[in-house]
Amino acid sequence: MQRKVVPPPGLLPVAGGGGEKFSGSKVALRPTTPLRDAPSDSPAPNGAPGGAPLSDSGTQGTASLEVPPADSSSTAVSGSAASRSRPHPPASAERTDVQLITTSSEPVERLYGPAHFREADYAAKLGNPGLPPYTRGLHPTGYRGKLWTMRMFAGFGSAEETNARFHYLLANGNTGLSIAFDMPTLYGYDTDDPQAEGEFGTCGVAVCSLADMEVLLEGLPLDQVSTSMTINSPASFVWAMYLVAAEKRGIAWDRLAGTTQNDILKEYIAQKEYIFPPRPSLKLVVDTFAFATEYVPRWNPVSISGYHIREAGATALQELAFTLADGIAYVQAAVDAGLDVNEFGPRLSFFFDVHNDFLEEVAKLRAARRVWAKVMRERFGATNERALWCRFHCQTAGVSLFAEQPENNVVRTAIQALAAVLGGAQSLHTNSLDEAIALPSEKAARIALRTQQILAYESGVANTVDPLGGSYAIEALTDRMEAGCWEYFRRIDAEYGGMVEAIEQSFPQREIADSAYRYQREIDSKERLVVGVNAFTEGNDEPVSIPIHAISEESKQRHLARLRRVRGERDAIHHAEALAKLERVARDGRENTMPAIVEAVRAYATLGELCGVLRMVYGEYREPALV
Amino acid sequence: MTAAAPAEIRRVLIAKPGLDGHDRGAKVIARALRDAGFEVVYTGIRQTPEMIAEAALQEDVDAIGLSILSGAHMTLFPRIVEELRKRGLDDVVVWAGGIIPAADAAKLREMGITAVFGPGSPTTETIAFLRAGGGRSA
Repeated sequence: MQRKVVPPPGLLPVAGGGGEKFSGSKVALRPTTPLRDAPSDSPAPNGAPGGAPLSDSGTQGTASLEVPPADSSSTAVSGSAASRSRPHPPASAERTDVQLITTSSEPVERLYGPAHFREADYAAKLGNPGLPPYTRGLHPTGYRGKLWTMRMFAGFGSAEETNARFHYLLANGNTGLSIAFDMPTLYGYDTDDPQAEGEFGTCGVAVCSLADMEVLLEGLPLDQVSTSMTINSPASFVWAMYLVAAEKRGIAWDRLAGTTQNDILKEYIAQKEYIFPPRPSLKLVVDTFAFATEYVPRWNPVSISGYHIREAGATALQELAFTLADGIAYVQAAVDAGLDVNEFGPRLSFFFDVHNDFLEEVAKLRAARRVWAKVMRERFGATNERALWCRFHCQTAGVSLFAEQPENNVVRTAIQALAAVLGGAQSLHTNSLDEAIALPSEKAARIALRTQQILAYESGVANTVDPLGGSYAIEALTDRMEAGCWEYFRRIDAEYGGMVEAIEQSFPQREIADSAYRYQREIDSKERLVVGVNAFTEGNDEPVSIPIHAISEESKQRHLARLRRVRGERDAIHHAEALAKLERVARDGRENTMPAIVEAVRAYATLGELCGVLRMVYGEYREPALV
Repeated sequence: MTAAAPAEIRRVLIAKPGLDGHDRGAKVIARALRDAGFEVVYTGIRQTPEMIAEAALQEDVDAIGLSILSGAHMTLFPRIVEELRKRGLDDVVVWAGGIIPAADAAKLREMGITAVFGPGSPTTETIAFLRAGGGRSA
């Protein structure tokens, strides 16, 4: 059984697994992670209490008068810095009613100054945009050369309805496509599978076979827009459907641009849309690297994703560190399979969340580029400059949106989107104001897109590259993010022997669950205020008119009719042979699986059939229940 | 369990029906309830209505919290209630959390789901609800 008993405190001293960290009084209301507020290259003592006077709760409010001001503790951290500014007057006037911490429960200092960023470190730590370590950006011209891609994630119901939404989005200025699939598709079930009951079209579009993909893409300029597909365990199959659908319209594979998320490791960590066990899943991912490099050179075969890790409750640092650790695992697996890091490296892409804490998020994104460049060069010996690039998509934080006073979500999303832009994102999805309530309505999705357009054309922030670069606070937070990543990488390697092993032993899962619980406790205790949720709730009773976007029965029946037609009309011999071939290739384990998958897709094998073959060969993964 | 069971809720099952793997809320509420003194059993993800009802029976729970974000609640919840009835578990309190539109929540209450907590609900609300008997009459 997958069940696990969580005893109340006092019944059993240790619950085992994730429970033990939270038994008894160990529930943390305040940050328990070591604070890392020193520049990464300085010999900082761990746990320097950078924000000590600020991060204790109300009972010690008056005590903070006697405690040295926040600033002076970092004097100890970087004591060697002669240029360090003198401590400021005591922090007698600081607020103690809420914790002055980031969204990730990290303290921040009252003031950052020249000791946090030395001009002499400019070339090594920042570099101009377009130069390693790419802290300031990948391209010398930034958004002056090319704006970020405004890529709104959409999908619901049947292929016809989602196709219509894409035409609508393109007509409104969307510059890239992003396909959301429904739950059965994400788990590799056909819509009429008993496991798929009730799930048709609610979270995305249902795609069971090439026939659905052909309808989904009808009339869309596949050789002009790039397409992102949020699909993981069955990514090889759905990508093959996209390739064959394009081919049937006469569009050559080398003209297709886009991204398949295809990041299976974060599924075990956070989103839980896994099918097969980790090892064969990694093999499928590496096969797509090789296939893309050879046949679909403009395609990103993976989008190594922190988004779902963050939404599951991780801190900004955990999101960044675990995502890049996943990246390290993919690169290692590909290198082990004989691929050249300089060839596939440039095709890797990333995907980050942007939450509310503006400075922390900008710092996270800038640190992502710096850390990845160092990883690729120092750990994997990459010499191709493009293999050092951390190119990423951002999405604003769904978890930051609330059903209470939902119009306020527009403001949250705008702040988050600004952080993504100032962090240098290559593409961006902005969430709609109604997402804590239902699927986005057309109007809500349009406001979200307009938010990006206002940033791009009215705010002026796209006119200069990395405008926050050199800010003492931003550089200090960027350094702290980087140092935190190295520490997590060290632990993952030293304590587990690598990220796959760490995941198998639930290390990141436990870290994330701890952070999620801490965050909720902060809100419940009102140490953290959330507007309209635990504070400023006047107006919550006003009726909101959010149109609920329901999926029609008619749409489901139309989709099911097409599925039946495919099964009835396809060439049975071609179909059977192609599936048999896929099974042989999968069992053998040496050959690349992609050619056999493409052939089976051409034969109109359904997603359920394709996954069924691999379920038989690879088995299905079950996770231990962990709280 | 019989109809004469006391209203006090001590033992709780947290369950994730359907395919949706968004388990942050389920895990947070499981911990919060445990820390509030309840005995908590968490099913893990991808549970069918039958599996949830069977777990409720075997674990002899007083209440079941259903966590769902996929939108499949109107299909799956009535089936769970039905599976509980089949096993004579009519008196077990069933409540829900997740992305559930208000109109659906009203219908779910009629089916016997005694409370629905949306995103942003403090865990203290759920704790108070269960301590008050979970909308169940003694």
